[in-house]
Amino acid sequence: MIDINESVMQFLLAFVVVGPLLGAVAALLPAPPGLKGKSPEQAVLRHGVTVTGAILIAAIALALGFDHAHPSKMQATTDISWIPALDVRIHLGIDGISLPLLVLTALLTFLCALYSYFKPPAGGSPKAFVALLLLLESGTLATFAVLDLLLFFLAFEMVLIPMYFLIARWGGEGRTRAAWKFILFTLLGSVVMLLGLLLIGIKAGTFDMVALATDNGRSLTSSVQVIAVLAIGIGLAVKAPMWPLHSWLPDAHTAAPTVGSVLLAGVLLKMGTYGFVRILLPIAPHGFHTFAPYLAAFAVVGIIYGSLACLALAKRGAKGDLKRLIAYSSVGHMGFVLLGIATMTPTGVNGALFANIAHGLITGLLFFLVGALKDRTGTSDLDTLAEETGAALYGKAPRLGGLLAFGAVASLGLPGLAGFWGEMLALFGAFKPAADLSRPAFLTFMAIGAFGTLLTAAYMLIVVRRVCMGGVEQEAPKLADVHGYEFAAWTPLVALTVLAGLWPRALLGLTDPAVHQLLAGGTR
Amino acid sequence: MSAQPLAESLVQSVDWLAVAPPTIAAAVGLVVLVADLFLPEARKAVLGWISVAGLAAAALMLLPLLDGDRSTFCVNGATRACSYTADHFTLVIQYLVLGGALLAALLSVTNLKDDERRVPPGEFWFLLLSSAAGAALLPASRDLATLIVALEVASLPAFALVGIRHGDKRSSEAALKFFLSSVTATAVSLMGISFVYASTGTLYLTQVAQRLAHVDSQLHTLAQTGVVLTLIGFAFKTAAVPFHFWVPDTYVGAPLPVAAYLSVVGKAVGFSGLILVTVVAFPSYADVWGPALAALAALTMTVGNVGALRQEATRAYSAVRLLAWSSVGQAGYLLVPIAAAGYAKDPQKAIGSTVAYALMYAAVNLGAFTVAALVGRNRTLNRISDYRGLYTTNPLAALLLAFFLLCLAGLPPGIIGLFAKVTVFSAAVDAGLGWLAVVMAVNVVIALFYYLQWTALLFRAPEGETARHRVPAPLTAALALTGVLGVALSGAPQLVLRFAATGLF
Repeated sequence: MIDINESVMQFLLAFVVVGPLLGAVAALLPAPPGLKGKSPEQAVLRHGVTVTGAILIAAIALALGFDHAHPSKMQATTDISWIPALDVRIHLGIDGISLPLLVLTALLTFLCALYSYFKPPAGGSPKAFVALLLLLESGTLATFAVLDLLLFFLAFEMVLIPMYFLIARWGGEGRTRAAWKFILFTLLGSVVMLLGLLLIGIKAGTFDMVALATDNGRSLTSSVQVIAVLAIGIGLAVKAPMWPLHSWLPDAHTAAPTVGSVLLAGVLLKMGTYGFVRILLPIAPHGFHTFAPYLAAFAVVGIIYGSLACLALAKRGAKGDLKRLIAYSSVGHMGFVLLGIATMTPTGVNGALFANIAHGLITGLLFFLVGALKDRTGTSDLDTLAEETGAALYGKAPRLGGLLAFGAVASLGLPGLAGFWGEMLALFGAFKPAADLSRPAFLTFMAIGAFGTLLTAAYMLIVVRRVCMGGVEQEAPKLADVHGYEFAAWTPLVALTVLAGLWPRALLGLTDPAVHQLLAGGTR
Repeated sequence: MSAQPLAESLVQSVDWLAVAPPTIAAAVGLVVLVADLFLPEARKAVLGWISVAGLAAAALMLLPLLDGDRSTFCVNGATRACSYTADHFTLVIQYLVLGGALLAALLSVTNLKDDERRVPPGEFWFLLLSSAAGAALLPASRDLATLIVALEVASLPAFALVGIRHGDKRSSEAALKFFLSSVTATAVSLMGISFVYASTGTLYLTQVAQRLAHVDSQLHTLAQTGVVLTLIGFAFKTAAVPFHFWVPDTYVGAPLPVAAYLSVVGKAVGFSGLILVTVVAFPSYADVWGPALAALAALTMTVGNVGALRQEATRAYSAVRLLAWSSVGQAGYLLVPIAAAGYAKDPQKAIGSTVAYALMYAAVNLGAFTVAALVGRNRTLNRISDYRGLYTTNPLAALLLAFFLLCLAGLPPGIIGLFAKVTVFSAAVDAGLGWLAVVMAVNVVIALFYYLQWTALLFRAPEGETARHRVPAPLTAALALTGVLGVALSGAPQLVLRFAATGLF
């Protein structure tokens, strides 16, 4: 949109990846004179806001300077040799697929930092909290910006330790177990993924994603591709998460602090689906082709399973936890994303990428809202909240109730909001999958997936009815309505949800050319 | 004129520069032993600093050899064969051994001061230096006799070091256990070497390699038995399963710096010997030792990691015990590339992965032992639960220990640990040992559990009163050295990983 010098673009991208890392180190050091603030706690939380804010500005500048006429071209690329022995290069770059995710990550982390500034999480020291948050941001941004398989693995692993500590130190009930489950599941997946990445790198002779994608699997035999896709796919599927490897997710979400849940759902899950699109589709197309029907089958099972689990949780007397419910709904939504990818068509993959972003915005918002509700009422248990008639949020705190209802209908895929396009395109993709995939199978998957959207609507409306509606008793204590800082943290998410719903072209225009390029033989 | 060649063939010229590193260590050891007799009780601390300086000088003497083209004690026959070769492999391992011994010596300076009554300093330093001299000789030896002599020079003083504390029953028991099992292994190894000698008629590794390929079919079984038996002795030194049972008790019984020394230098001795006999001497038997080592590696890492997993945090000496078991697990990873060398077209590269991993392991494991020594000064029981809240009393030590443990686990921010594991994995995948890679993957996850559990404990709120203690200078130096090394390697992994890309011999 605006013309930015190429070397400035390179610097911006490098800054986006390295900046949070330096910020994390700086957070551990004592504040310099002049920046001490009111107290050390306040100073370090402000440091977090400053750094994530600077990163967000850099990410937006990147988006503005991005050549929107050629989104399929890798831009702002840096390519420096780092470890010649392993052929690891610091190869960074963004195209239409990674740019939206990069901006989403920077945005969500900034909003989380802002939210924590006004509402410091209970638990350990804010110093460690900010350092871990920045480390996490660096790892996720690096995942979306690197173009080297081993560097991708490094970035993928980098988020584990910070997220573990965020859950284990600042989490709620059952946090220790949940944190362990999170890290052991993901690590097991990612070590297996490493084996697949090494297999590809050794057989093809390079770890460079661009070179491998351009090669489009021609230098890999089909047995190598099948094994590699299986190994890498397991690692990514744990992260995504795909049913039946999802079981760490509900626990982690339930136990994590609000900020942790937002980032986990909004950003970390995307690393898995992004890996599918960036690595598996272009680099090992034959191997992926073999597993595509299975992936689609698991994806639709995930859709139905997630929705049924949510329905069960939303039922009266089920003692369902709202955070857990949203976590299960994530399993369903990510099912749509995986289904879209499994179709191997531009329509499906575009839908998947769109649903990725939409899910990040909407679920991020929902976790913020539930976190705020839990802070006010002390519980996120649906039965306790709703009691006999319903929690009557519309009456007690109308703005909060309104926002929650907005999040819920966005999540169920109301046309005109962000949730709609991605899932519809994914289903469209399944209606006409890639030429050599079995069409009857995918038609069945499409039908089941479409049924899943109905179930999603059902449980989301039940949640709205039980939490937002209900009679207000006279002596019932008033709940504090939305605070100023909460508005500040949530408005961008609401605005973007509406924007993406009304103007999907803004996003699809970026992803579509890149996806066509990717499916046809890699990035340029 | 005619007398000169005769004299030359009888009296070998020795390349003193090439043999300087082990020689200096041995000579300083003797100097310390003699000086001990003349020094008054109050000034015994000087001995420690002499030893540290001696080890540093020995390590510095590696610098003029960097070309890696020197060898000495050679016979000039139809094929030239040398007993002592200072090639790149030798230099890297000597650097590892001498550096490891130097760090162990730094830890010992404080340890001896704290434990003044019970450890005789003169003997201690002499034993440490002689063992280091043997360990530095071993990677350079290129014939089976020198190899076994070097192995014994490295081990015999180690037995005494383990049992050196006067009036400590656990210490002497550990020494006896270590001694008996080790001597048995050496005897088995010697028998193997005699078989190999019987079937090939030479002790030089390169000649053994040539002649083993064409052994008389009648002697085939003899040669094969010889190969297997020789390997057993070295497998023992690396503490490979089932020769690992001495490790936990020995580490707990020994003074902490000695345990640190054994965990790094003792292992280096074992695996460098193993590399020499497998890749240099017995390449034609790769189909025998390749699968055997692969099975050994899988067993070793699994048993070691499961053993570490079972340690209870509140048991006495559980920190050292955990480090002992984890070192068994790490030995398993070290064996993987050696096993892969048995399958690979290019064994040199695989060996390089072991060397790179060993360098990483040495730096971070010694770092972890340094923090353990630091904590052990005030909490003599050295339980893992004693590390709770270390961050509040000593933030830097806690952060470093966390970094070292994550390096051992192979997770960022321990980037060097991650990439060292990646090279080992890639050696296995490259050699087609997919199953071993999967076993190792599972082990990495098991290991993460106990490393991370310990790491998490460091940052918990401390129990009871906390008192800040001053960190003695030698421990600070050791901590700084290992910390800087670990962080520098994380920024530039190429420094050690380049060995994984090029040949070392």
